[in-house]
Amino acid sequence: MSAKVIGVSDLTKKFGNFTAVDHISFDVKEGEIFGFLGANGAGKTTAMQMLCGISMPTTGTGTVAGYDIIKENEQIKRNIGYMSQKFSLYEDLKVWENIRLFGGIYGLSDKAIAEKTDALLKQLNFEQERNTMVKYLPLGWKQKLAFSVAIFHAPRIVFLDEPTGGVDPAMRRQFWEMIYDAADRGITVFVTTHYMDEAEYCNRVSIMVDGRIDALDTPAELRRRFNAGTMDEVFRQLARKAKRGE
Amino acid sequence: MIEVNNLNKSYRKGNIKALNGISFQVNDGEIFGVIGPDGAGKSSLFRILASLILPDSGLAIMNGHDVVKDYRSVRQIIGYMPGRFSLYQDLSVEENLAFFATLFHTTIEENYSLIKDIYQQIEPFKNRRAGALSGGMKQKLALSCALIHKPEILILDEPTTGVDPVSRKEFWDMLGRLREQGITILVSTAYMDEASRCDRIGLIRDGEFIASNTPQGIIGDYAEALWSVVGTPMPALLTALRGHAGIKTSFAFGDKHHITVEKGLLPGELKQYLAGKGFDDVRIAAVKPTVEDCFMALTN
Repeated sequence: MSAKVIGVSDLTKKFGNFTAVDHISFDVKEGEIFGFLGANGAGKTTAMQMLCGISMPTTGTGTVAGYDIIKENEQIKRNIGYMSQKFSLYEDLKVWENIRLFGGIYGLSDKAIAEKTDALLKQLNFEQERNTMVKYLPLGWKQKLAFSVAIFHAPRIVFLDEPTGGVDPAMRRQFWEMIYDAADRGITVFVTTHYMDEAEYCNRVSIMVDGRIDALDTPAELRRRFNAGTMDEVFRQLARKAKRGE
Repeated sequence: MIEVNNLNKSYRKGNIKALNGISFQVNDGEIFGVIGPDGAGKSSLFRILASLILPDSGLAIMNGHDVVKDYRSVRQIIGYMPGRFSLYQDLSVEENLAFFATLFHTTIEENYSLIKDIYQQIEPFKNRRAGALSGGMKQKLALSCALIHKPEILILDEPTTGVDPVSRKEFWDMLGRLREQGITILVSTAYMDEASRCDRIGLIRDGEFIASNTPQGIIGDYAEALWSVVGTPMPALLTALRGHAGIKTSFAFGDKHHITVEKGLLPGELKQYLAGKGFDDVRIAAVKPTVEDCFMALTN
């Protein structure tokens, strides 16, 4: 039995009289690839912000990477990696400068950063791009670099918020191979996506509807339970029940 | 009609060639999808057609108006939705829409019928600041703003990136209705299920089309033998498939792997090979290619 890296119970977030996240409870195991699905406005981002220690839950409890999400949220920030489709790297910094900056933010020494930068650029086949301004990189390359930077400090868990949004099919597959590599090295991956083929690549997925988690299981089990041929059908069946607008 | 002839565009003093003599036509009332790898030149093409940047050379005519010489008239007849949300974050939903209507000397009321389908969904939030909208709602507002002056041609740069599967389907249903009203639509997307909803698609790579046809035509030109392979565990199975000399390409495809194989390889042989690697529950079947398979083959 693997250790759990995320464990939350009845996590709830209210904004005024609007309940964005409504009593969600789940565990994520070490080394697991956990897909966090839901329609736009279902509450995914709010839930993720609470897990990352940047938003306080209204009620509920939980731990992430061994730290309490309420009392130890500062430690959580230091022990996780994070990247999103909307923001990943600084466009006006060079490739090596971004690595230097994020390595520093995550608390690595200059020596460790220098050593690991060479290894990273080599592994990504990016040695030619060391001095390239990030804004000149194609989106798929940028996202691969951003993911590498997010796990540069070997966190126990990495949160990926729509990391492949707008990325083409070939590049998306390369990105998922990097996710598998990270999981093989024991890094837990918590990922959101709107590509339902990617839901199949997760060990387990949860589907949020109106702030609640309405389904949580392996993709195969969800397809069986909803009598659906694809995860896309599972998603549609659940999302159709949504009452609230975005 | 959109007529593009031998367009070229480069950046950084010619070091990066974004468009490399691209030529194509989009007919009236057609949905034409541009798909291609990141950095292939999609956004450069769209920005030239929207008269926002100048080509280095070549010609682009939008319903008879040249994007360089007649850029003012081009801007009157096109609606453009950039890839990045670029409405005024500090204005409300309604203020944004009214602003764009005013720019084109019209009013929300005058063209309300055109945007009704979409705008009704965000109208309950019309007093909310645009910056405070969720991703899906921003998309709907951006499309409403691009449509409010009743354009003849709509240019949509990845309009559904970050949009969930249900909203994406609604969005495309709406594009279908706009087409019925005679609007010509040029759209780029990274979702291959959307590519199959276009009348024609162009596959762009390194600034030129490597294929352009109806989705059915693109699929019809697929020349490989394509199989699906399932077994447990799936990631290790993919690695094992890559170690077989008779397999040309292999990639994950949802709950299956898709592989293309050399002529002469039999499913039974492959099954035996995989059994030798410890996969004893393997299922292999011949499958029909999708647009996504074609994309993988053409960009390989």
